[in-house]
Amino acid sequence: MDLTFSKEDLDFQAEVRDFLTSEYPLAIKEKQDKRLPLEKEDIISWQKILASKGWFAINWPKEYGGAGLTPTQIYILQTELAGANTPILIPFGVNMCGPVIYTFGTEEQKKKYLPGILNSDTWWCQGYSEPGSGSDLASLQTKAELKGDNYLVNGTKTWTTLAQHADWVFCLVRTETTDIKQEGISFLLIDMKSKGIEVKPIITIDGAHEVNMIYFDDVEVPANNLIGEEGEGWNIAKFLLMHERTGIAGIAALKRELKRLKEISSDLIVGEASLLDDANFRNKIEAAEIELTATEFTELRTLSQISSGGAPGPESSILKIKGTELQQSISELFIEMLGYYAHPFLTEAELGSNASIGPDYAGSAMPHYLNFRKVSIYGGSNEIQRNVISKAILGL
Amino acid sequence: MDFNFNEEQTLIQGQVAQFIQRDYEWEKRQNLVSSELGYSEENWKTFAELGWLGISLSEASGGFGGTALESMIIMEEFGKGLVVEPFLETIILCSALIDSCGTDEQKSEILDQVIAGNMHLALGFTEPQSRFNLADVTTEAKLKDGNYIVNGFKSVVMNGPNANKIIISTRTTGKQTDKDGITLLVIDVNQDGVSLRNYPTVDGRRASELTLENVTVSSSYLLGSEDQGFQLLEDAIDNATLGICAEAVGAMEVLYKTTVEYTKTREQFGQPIGKFQVLQHRMVDMFMEYEQSKSLLYMATIKNVEGSQDAKKSISGLKYQVGKAAKFIGQQSVQLHGGMGVTDELNVGHFFKRLTTIISIFGNTDYHLKRYSQL
Repeated sequence: MDLTFSKEDLDFQAEVRDFLTSEYPLAIKEKQDKRLPLEKEDIISWQKILASKGWFAINWPKEYGGAGLTPTQIYILQTELAGANTPILIPFGVNMCGPVIYTFGTEEQKKKYLPGILNSDTWWCQGYSEPGSGSDLASLQTKAELKGDNYLVNGTKTWTTLAQHADWVFCLVRTETTDIKQEGISFLLIDMKSKGIEVKPIITIDGAHEVNMIYFDDVEVPANNLIGEEGEGWNIAKFLLMHERTGIAGIAALKRELKRLKEISSDLIVGEASLLDDANFRNKIEAAEIELTATEFTELRTLSQISSGGAPGPESSILKIKGTELQQSISELFIEMLGYYAHPFLTEAELGSNASIGPDYAGSAMPHYLNFRKVSIYGGSNEIQRNVISKAILGL
Repeated sequence: MDFNFNEEQTLIQGQVAQFIQRDYEWEKRQNLVSSELGYSEENWKTFAELGWLGISLSEASGGFGGTALESMIIMEEFGKGLVVEPFLETIILCSALIDSCGTDEQKSEILDQVIAGNMHLALGFTEPQSRFNLADVTTEAKLKDGNYIVNGFKSVVMNGPNANKIIISTRTTGKQTDKDGITLLVIDVNQDGVSLRNYPTVDGRRASELTLENVTVSSSYLLGSEDQGFQLLEDAIDNATLGICAEAVGAMEVLYKTTVEYTKTREQFGQPIGKFQVLQHRMVDMFMEYEQSKSLLYMATIKNVEGSQDAKKSISGLKYQVGKAAKFIGQQSVQLHGGMGVTDELNVGHFFKRLTTIISIFGNTDYHLKRYSQL
């Protein structure tokens, strides 16, 4: 057992740092540091910069354009990227649809879709949840009926993140009504420009337009947009969930945010001492930091298993729950720290500008806190995660 | 970065696990607890023969030159069997301390005997008023004609009844809570003026109240330097904290798994109670607390072996997490076993009791969260 990085790892770390110094665009960095919302173009251009270095599709096998990094190098890269506060990558193409296509798709499908994912020219979104199917995802009702060479798709998808930017959507659809609901589900790729698709925004409690409803009204989808076999959709969905293991807890970003929380609260003077010196406040920060360290090492144990050729062990399933709990508790500590100055509700234009109210770090804290209530709900709610652990690991 | 045990470590782990499984059945363990001695001398000799007693001690002291990692492996397995042999006290707490700062004479007199399995040790580091503050020492030692004359009282000295020699913290100069002015001395339990009131503790182990009245200790039994004992004491407690956390991790693993298995067989309302979601989620939380504790145990142990800058801080973080997890897993294991959980017959209650004492041994969660923040 050891915690040291090898010389190759340290060289790699230096390479990442050099890359960030020279390649991370100032305009994007400024927005990120002020916690301002990014434009679609900002995200795409950053993803392209990473891709040109070969560090975008880090989890992909080399033959499909992956980086061929070791698990330790992936850990280093993610730590450095988050430490520099670079934008979060949009996962729907690179971490979700891509791996599904190179695993289950035909050669033709790989040729058609993978390049657009690798170079970020195609923006993907995820059509899973429906108004009547949340945690019970397999009850989904969106129908795809085969009519000649096309599927005719009817139904509604919801909570679709950034569908307003999307070129394509990967959907779970019902191709057959079966006694066992999981068996009639298929995995279908749909062009968002198709006739009969309508996207409607859902405004969330932070005031943002991040998620959407997608309505499908007699949408014609070529039958060869089906991935895998008809009825294989549920297995593909499970594969997809398992695929996004490492990095799911967002440890590096959490470390950065906790550090920032400590810095700001140590400068905030309340009476005689700083807020960070207040025993009650400090205890909460220290407790979060210990939990974060524990989660980090739970992730590292998983990585170590993978690099020594093993499969990720049961501890990897903890990462989603613990990571999201920490994201929420740290965002909560931010608004707790701010007191009244967490309350002004600023427009995007006011955020980070001279028209901002209170300290310049204040404006984004509440929207962030409100937005992060989602993290224990999405990606399989934390209650569903507990069901999974209970069944798969404890055998209950 | 690597979290795997090397070949030798894997071998030791297998050896200890086999001992627990083959020679430490629950009934045997309970018989030991209710015996006069409170543990088995025969087992202790086996530990000596297998080389476990000297495994983490330096080669210069007659040990095998291992590290806290080997101790961790042994203690984690011991935790699974709820082993009552005083490995923590004699080996991890006291022998490591003598190994780190003892004179050659002290090492050959004491450690040779310990490694051979012929001597037991204890550390008297707490007093009725000291709580978890290692620097709060009123037991007084005055130098007179080359000897220390010791007067005072040490409370809840773990393994006191079995110890041949006890290391005590004494105050030679300074005020009651000064870190400077603390001196470590080795006393023999048969010396004049040493009296022990022995008793069992709730976890099936043994401890003593130690009264010292005009005990004469030759300066050759001074451990380290006069007045400079605090750092040695703190290092020894930190090292033992790693050990006891490993024990807790082993115990928590058994406890959560035992509980999961029990809920698969216990039926109420016409089905196994493990089918109830409210209990499933509770057990998932127990499992996660265990895994998180294990992660910090590995982290803190490796950091201490590697001498990282934040090695001590990592120990307090670990003890905080282990304290939190031990309380949750212990209490919920009893709860999910229902009435059976509070019976003396079932092992669950005994695991719970050991975890409960571990929570406060070497400092509880409040103490360690504060220390974490100060380090």
